[in-house]
Amino acid sequence: MASAERIGIRSDRDILLARQRGRELGRSVGFVATDLTLIATAISELARNIVLYAREGVIELRVVTEDSHRGLVIVARDHGPGIVDVNRAMQDGYSTSGGLGLGLPGVKRLMDGFEIHSRAGRGTTVQIAKWLRT
Amino acid sequence: MDVPVLKQGPFLIATVQSALTDADLAQMRRLLIEQVGKFRSRGVIVDVTAVDVLDSYACRTLRDIAHMTGFRGAATVIVGIHPELAFTMVQLGLSLEGVATALDLEEGLAYLNARTRPTIARGNSPRNSAGPPRNGTHTRGKR
Ligand SMILES: Nc1ncnc2c1ncn2[C@@H]1O[C@H](COP(=O)(O)OP(=O)(O)OP(=O)(O)O)[C@@H](O)[C@H]1O
Ligand SMILES: [Mg+2]
Repeated sequence: MASAERIGIRSDRDILLARQRGRELGRSVGFVATDLTLIATAISELARNIVLYAREGVIELRVVTEDSHRGLVIVARDHGPGIVDVNRAMQDGYSTSGGLGLGLPGVKRLMDGFEIHSRAGRGTTVQIAKWLRT
Repeated sequence: MDVPVLKQGPFLIATVQSALTDADLAQMRRLLIEQVGKFRSRGVIVDVTAVDVLDSYACRTLRDIAHMTGFRGAATVIVGIHPELAFTMVQLGLSLEGVATALDLEEGLAYLNARTRPTIARGNSPRNSAGPPRNGTHTRGKR
């Protein structure tokens, strides 16, 4: 299996595909079942945000090795409307779509690394990482 | 992909497959609400044993199903949330507050039987679908 993948996100089918690919790649890296579920769920949330708010974007999955750490890095990128107030979007319960407002803050709790960059009118990039426990 | 819904006596059993799109989930919700009315079901079991991910959207759909069928006089119980899913849901901050859950299908059926038996035994019960909320399914979770 390739150690990097890029999945175009346009519909709810793509959300499914992205999380399945993430699970497969994660398994090949050696993540345990619980971590695979965390990873798939995080991808599901980010991919749904793309479909919902930006209409389209991509999810990139990459196996990385840093020092003696191995892990999975996931980047969700779109050129949609962006987020005006990122700090607010990161708060539990904040939603502009009548959702639970748990996607972004929840994903941060699920993963080991979380970075978000967003500019109004430009788009949003969320990069998350999960490291293998040794 | 369709969610098979099985009618078993006064109950409906929906078995959710591993990978469902948002549209599939919405379709399942529609079908269950419709069938509860059609068959005058007293209870609904949603079996998520095979489900790979219960994210915020899926969780919201399950809560909607429980609340909507509740308003139609049927109790809903979610069964088969395996440990990985439960762990992930807690981390994500998701809750099934106000929704009954049981370990597996067998326990789900036992739960529904226990809830519906007294009324069946009494025969013609005065309860109707607009009756008072019964324990559990009507307590709306905070959003
Ligand atoms: N890719 C994106 N582009 C533009 N806005 C976004 C994007 N992702 C998130 N947002 C904004 O941030 C808010 C919070 O996102 P978050 O995923 O936490 O919650 P939600 O999508 O509203 O609800 P939930 O994910 O719980 O169903 C969204 O309501 C939306 O306004
Ligand atoms: Mg979201």
